[in-house]
Amino acid sequence: MGIVSEGFSGRRRGRADLPPGQYVTQDFPVLSAGPTPHIRTEHWEFTVTTETGEAYRWDWAGLLALPAEEITKDIHCVTRWSKFETNWKGVSLDTLLADVETAADFALAHSYGGYTTNLPMDDLLDGQAWIAYEYDHEPVDPEHGGPARLLVPHLYFWKSAKWVRGLVLSDTEDLGFWETAGYHEYGDPWKEQRYAGD
Amino acid sequence: MERTAIRRRLSWQVATVTDVRRETATARTLVLDVPEWPGHLAGQHLDVRLTAPDGYRASRSYSIASAWADGTIELTVEQVPDGEVSTYLVDVVKVGDQFEVRGPVGGWFVWKPEQEEPVQLIGGGSGVAPLMSMLRTHAAAASMVPVRLLYSVRRPASVIYVGDLKELAAADHVDVRLVYTREAPAGEPRIGRIDADVIERFAFTPAESPTTYVCGPTPFVETVADLLVAAGHDPARVRTERFG
Repeated sequence: MGIVSEGFSGRRRGRADLPPGQYVTQDFPVLSAGPTPHIRTEHWEFTVTTETGEAYRWDWAGLLALPAEEITKDIHCVTRWSKFETNWKGVSLDTLLADVETAADFALAHSYGGYTTNLPMDDLLDGQAWIAYEYDHEPVDPEHGGPARLLVPHLYFWKSAKWVRGLVLSDTEDLGFWETAGYHEYGDPWKEQRYAGD
Repeated sequence: MERTAIRRRLSWQVATVTDVRRETATARTLVLDVPEWPGHLAGQHLDVRLTAPDGYRASRSYSIASAWADGTIELTVEQVPDGEVSTYLVDVVKVGDQFEVRGPVGGWFVWKPEQEEPVQLIGGGSGVAPLMSMLRTHAAAASMVPVRLLYSVRRPASVIYVGDLKELAAADHVDVRLVYTREAPAGEPRIGRIDADVIERFAFTPAESPTTYVCGPTPFVETVADLLVAAGHDPARVRTERFG
């Protein structure tokens, strides 16, 4: 068991649906590396670039014209807060990628402001990932990634890139912003993959 | 964005508390001895893991407030209401006690002595901790780049590192400006919250091309970062760290 702290008892608010090392919050904390970009929807664009260099683009009206889904999921931040049953509206990446010709295994999500994060394609398909533009029936605040953010709730929340503007698909895995800075390349909260090597 | 590549496994190590210092009514600095510590950059944090007698564990991240150039590892912990780890670290732990740590973590919110541009530090409350590591590292390296700290606190009794800040501010190229939001010391003006006017009067201008580090509670960081961008600072040169 290692080092024991006699005077420490802890809160023990664990529950079966809380990943290891996490605690529950009712707030919606923010983790960002820089100032919040403020992107006007008339300038917003989302681009998928395949491994052959072909680009597929959507503007804001194009995104809103796609079939949307309401999503209710628990989210888990690597800084240890978890928030249960968050409610979003957005477009499934299955829908966005349906007509994209690719055999790529990896994607690097790019954001306005320069942020990047890497994900396997297998984690972006089959009802696991969305481009979300509403939170709790309101437009997503800039602070929380609006006008649109990636939502991949089964991975630590840094993978759910705020202010997303595109995916670059590739046969090789290029690491993103936090991943290059020592965080885990995959980030499964149930395996507590916080840092490289976990 | 320029980054520091750090890809290695972080394992838990035993830390021994060698000293504690009360900073304010709600904050305490713990001085740790970690025999295998690999060193840290100014601005990085570490994880603390506590284990209860029955095996229950809880971990939290804390910014490192000391400079590794001084050979020390110091954490300043602010007690958060109902905080299960912070309450133990602020009220219970004593010299000689041990717990586990791993780190250092973080390669973005860091300042390195080889940086040549002016350094603007802006902290709110206990968000001053990683900025203090930068000031101490700057002093230890005898860096001659100008550095300014804007430190927002409620009242004089809330100031962390009050003695050290006075000493560091004695250097010509180090400017420490306290911004009191609720109550100022006798004879000093209460400035109020950091706003566009405070930024204009006390911070480096965009033309001076500083790298700016902002740390504190989320609303504070959001406000200050927005003010900096509105004042013309390049967003890519504004690095932020938000608490909760």
